[in-house]
Order: sequence, then structure tokens, then C-alpha cells
Amino acid sequence: MQPYRNRDYAHHLLERLQQEATRPVSVMEVCGTHTVAIARSGLRELLPKNIRLISGPGCPVCVTDDLDLDLVIALAKEPEITMATFGDMMRVPGTGSSLLEAKSLGADVKVVYSPTDAVALAVANPDRQVVFLAVGFETTIPTVAVAVEQAVQQGLRNFSIFSLHKLVPPVMEALLTDPEVRLDAFINPGHVCTILGTEPFRFIPEQYGKPCVVTGFEAVDIMEALLMILQQYNQGRPSVEIQYKRAVRPEGNAVARGYIDKYFTPVTACWRGIGEVPGSGLALREEFAHLDAQRRFPITVTPGKRLKNCSCGQVLKGLKLPYECALFGKACTPMKPVGPCMVSTEGSCAAYYRYGAQRVGGAV
Amino acid sequence: MSKTEQEQVILLGHGSGGTLTNQLIRTVFQEALHNPILDEMLDAALLDLGQGRVAFTTDSFVVDPIFFPGGDIGKLAVCGTVNDLAVSGAVPLYLSSAFIIEEGFPLADLRRIVASMQEAASAAGVRVVTGDTKVVGRGSADKIFINTTGIGVVPPGRSLSPRRMQPEDIVLVSGTLGDHGLTILAQREGLSFNTPVISDCTPLNRIASAIMEAGGDGVRCMRDPTRGGLATTLNELAGQGERGILVQETAIPLRREVVGACEMLGLDPLYLANEGKAIAVVAPGAAEPVLAAMRSLPEGQGAVAIGRVTESGRGLVLLETELGATRILNMLEGEPLPRIC
Repeated sequence: MQPYRNRDYAHHLLERLQQEATRPVSVMEVCGTHTVAIARSGLRELLPKNIRLISGPGCPVCVTDDLDLDLVIALAKEPEITMATFGDMMRVPGTGSSLLEAKSLGADVKVVYSPTDAVALAVANPDRQVVFLAVGFETTIPTVAVAVEQAVQQGLRNFSIFSLHKLVPPVMEALLTDPEVRLDAFINPGHVCTILGTEPFRFIPEQYGKPCVVTGFEAVDIMEALLMILQQYNQGRPSVEIQYKRAVRPEGNAVARGYIDKYFTPVTACWRGIGEVPGSGLALREEFAHLDAQRRFPITVTPGKRLKNCSCGQVLKGLKLPYECALFGKACTPMKPVGPCMVSTEGSCAAYYRYGAQRVGGAV
Repeated sequence: MSKTEQEQVILLGHGSGGTLTNQLIRTVFQEALHNPILDEMLDAALLDLGQGRVAFTTDSFVVDPIFFPGGDIGKLAVCGTVNDLAVSGAVPLYLSSAFIIEEGFPLADLRRIVASMQEAASAAGVRVVTGDTKVVGRGSADKIFINTTGIGVVPPGRSLSPRRMQPEDIVLVSGTLGDHGLTILAQREGLSFNTPVISDCTPLNRIASAIMEAGGDGVRCMRDPTRGGLATTLNELAGQGERGILVQETAIPLRREVVGACEMLGLDPLYLANEGKAIAVVAPGAAEPVLAAMRSLPEGQGAVAIGRVTESGRGLVLLETELGATRILNMLEGEPLPRIC
């Protein structure tokens, strides 16, 4: 870890960035872990003024649509259901309430650390219907596929998943085709690319002429990646490069992808703040429909009203920085989040709030 | 057929005030905690406090799990209250302990908890002088809850307060941060790590008095960063003292395994609870002698300076990051929830 946190090397990189940043460039970090690393290290404050970092939709919790969540909350309130979820989904607001509120009112909601924990929960509680709230990008999806496989092998009749999975390349394409969004390059999500490799991102330089660098999660990784991006940008040779070589291979992880394909098929998904993106979600394949909570427990809810005055949509598209939202830090805080970006520890707004980037950003 | 000690459990009758209660008090509480004042068994303990202002504090303990690496709810209930007295500049003297026990709780576990309270009390030089036991029906409480109230005496002339903080004062911590919070979380969620983490739960009265002896009037204030962790405690100090605090990220002592686990879980160790760490703000000239005094004790071996008090940025805690950038270190908002990936 040490070389990636070396201050001298960091300052050397900052000098190099200063030399290369001869014109304004807007770079989106797609992944929430990058947003956190940038805010936590205070990197934004040190970068040349010409480099504008924009936080993308990179947190699967944040982009979960509020109407989808209304369905999840309604299902969680059913007496026979135990809803198993990752911790940071607890506070995410639907249009009316959250899983945390539902739990305090008596819904059986359990925090788990992995999808296989949810399978174990189903095995241990045969009289409960355990529904795993499957939220995540390509990084987490293979582990859900493994859980589904376990449930199939064990013939579990009281386990199912509520798939709200999201896929990264389709939403990056959606952002590139959105006329409102102006981006010059991408810091690609390191974890997602350990699974996907570089191939699914080649359309970005090839069709849209934008540099992409697969990046690790230390501040120095991000600086190295920015340098690679600026060199591509300045030399006019956009491509997908890997900075995060210690973890990512160009071909990714075919075994993990095989698991995803075996159990899931792409569907249109609704991203909070962005809207419907074709082929950006995953549903269980027809032969595993009995493990699909949405098909097994048809729930309808009266659609609630979406959040007002919340700029998360624009934040997720990189059109606004978190502190440019009227609610930021006032009506909307990590304790009482209004929008999704404030909810997860990886949400752009939460990262800005927690690490005080508003102060630095405000000065830019 | 009589049950073996192993099989015995707490019954509702143990809290009724009758024979069973009496038996429980005699055979469990009094046997472990006995001292002349408790042994009087009066309705109220009568105490001689001598000179100085009385420090008085209370805390309830509901930790889950009740046994964890490095301690248990009994040790925690003693240390928590002793530490609040100690960092206020008081010499902790007497504790009360009130138990709320769920029906069916194993008697052997209760004995273990009370023995551990006695051990901690004796290490801290305090006596448990009065107590109470209530038993509630199954499901009305989670196993066992303990409330302790403590009384101590602040020697005449001693006054600790964040309002005494001056610009350039040094902020010291007695050792690694986040160990207790992570231990509890790991136990609660059944997470295991290659290097196990152990709670730092320990009485702080010895190190607190060493700090005051070495630093004298140069000791401005002390705190124990329990719930909300270092970040929250420093924010309280900055707010109450109406000063800024600037902390060096690289100086903050953190165990490698705590950092690793926090990265995995998406938690920030600066927000995790500690149960055996002291923060002291001291005048620049007092920093070296106080550090030396802290390091001379096992509970202060890892003591270091992590930052300083500033004139500007009143009420604000700033962190200078490893890269040399500065960011705001906010208070804890809500419960820390582990993240997804």
C-alpha cells in the first residue's frame, strides 16, 4: 500500500499534471469508491485548475430508482417476508419511506454482508421467505449468481432475489449520448473492470473519441490515471488503458462473467436521476423465475411522487457538483438524506459532505 | 432434581425482591463485589468524599454481543463510567450498578460478568457500593443491560475544560483508534480477519492522573473518544472550546487490520468507538512530559501527538491528508452502515 500513498511521488505527479493540463478537461470518475478516495485525500484541492473532476453514477445504491424501492419496501412489509439487504440500502429513501423506517415499524429487514449470507438465512429460517435485495454493478453480480446457484442446488423454496442490478457500460453510453452532458474522458471503475476487462469500454474511444483509464483506488492511482488521460487527450490518441495493473487484466474475469450470463439476462433498468437505460439492468433468466421475487410475489404500489428540488439527477450526470444543489447540507444530510447521492457512503453528495469537499469546491 | 450451576438461569423471581433476589445478591453480586460499604446492605450507600468538587456521571450499557474479544458488558460498564470521571479530572471512587436481566439468562454468564466488573473496578481503584436488579420477561430486554453511575472527586484547584484550549496547544491520543468499534462490529456480524482485533476496553484513571501529574496546569482538557470516535470527540472539543483543531492524518495511530477491515466495509476508523483511549489537549511546553508519562503505562504505550489547536476555523476540525491537502473532518451522522462492495 505504501508506494501508493507516498507524498513525494504524489507531488511529482502533481507537477507532471500541471505541465500536461494545458487546456480545460472534464473527467468523470464513474465509480463511487473513486469519489470517496478523491474527497478523502483532498485531491481536488491539489489538482491543476484545468482538470475538472465530475462524479458519475458510480454507486449502485445511489442509482436505485425510488419507485423500484417503493416496491421493495412494500414487499418487506409483507408478514412472511424477511428482506436481506446490504447495509447502505437501509437509509435510501423511496418516494415515501426507507427500509430503515419500515424495519422500525416492524418489517423484518436484515443487513447481510454477502448474498450467500442471505442463502444461509433462508436455510436457518425455513418458515420465512427470505428475499435478497440484489443491488450492485458487475463487481457484485457474480457473487449473487453464486448465491442463486447455491439456492438452486439446495432446492431452496424460501429464497429469492429482487434484482435491481445495474450494468456500467450501457449507462456510460447513455451519458455520452445525452446532449446535456459534456465529458472529455473517463476514470473507469477498477473493481468493475476486474470482471469486465477493457473490451466492453472500447466503444468509448472508438465511437466517441474519449480517453478511458481503468484506475485503482489510492489517490496516487488516480493521479497516475489522470496523467495517462491527459497524455491521450493531448496526443489525440484516445484508447482504453489500464493504470490499475495490479488487479485488472485486459480480458477481465471470464469465469465471473460466465456466472452472470448463466443466471441473468439484460433488461431495461431505471436509474435514479438518469431514467430508463435499455440493457442496463439484469433479471433472472426464465428458467430461474421461481427465484425471482418480483415474479414470485407480485406487489403493486400506487406510484408516489418523485423527490422535489433534489439535484441528484444532475449530480449523477455530472451537470452539477453536490454543493451546487440547494438542499445540500441543509435539508439533505447523511442523517436525513433527501436524494440517493447523500445516502450511500459512496454517494457523491455524502462523500462531499463527509470529507468537507464543499469548502474546497466552493473556492474553485 | 437440582440443576447444576451450568444449567441455572435467571428467573422472574430473581427480581421480585423476595428470597430469590436476596440469594442472588448474596451469592453473585456481594460475593464478587464485596467491600465494607456494600456489605452494610443499606438502602443507600453512605459516602465520605473529602475535599474537592464532586464529579457525577451515569451511563447505560446495552452492548451486543455481551462477550467480545478484550472484554464484556461488565468490564465495559465499569470502564465506561470510570473513564468519564477520569477524563473530567476526577479521581473515580464509587460506582452503583443496576442490572436489567432478561428471564432465562444463564446464571453462569451473570457470574462471569460480575467477576469481570470486580476485576475492572479493582484495577481502577473504585468500589461498587450500591446496586439494583430487575428481571423482565423473555423478549422484553436483550439478555442483559447494565447501568452504572459513578462518583469521583476533583482535587481542589484542578479545572479541565475545552474553554481553556489556546492556539498552538497540542492534541495527544493515548494509542490506536477504532479497535473497540471494529471488534464489536466484527463479532456482531460474524466477520473474521486474519489478525483478530481486540477491544481496547480499559480503565483510564491511571493514565489520566499520569497526564495531569506530568502536565500540571498545562493540561487543558481530556476526553475519551467513545461513540462517534475521534472525529466526533474532536468536533465536540472544537465546538465547546470555540477553537479550530488541525489534525495530521499521517500521525493518527491506526492498526493495519483496522484500516484494512474499514476499507473492506466502507467504514472510517475515525468514527469508530474506543473504550480505553484518552485524548488530551495540552500546552505546547507540556506535550513532551505528558507524552512520556503516557508512554510509561501499558495503556498509553502508543501515545502520540496528532494535531494542534488553531485560532482560525472556530468550531471546525480540519484534517491535513496524506497528500498535504486539507479537508473538514465532520461529526458522525447516524449509525455507520457498512457499504456494499
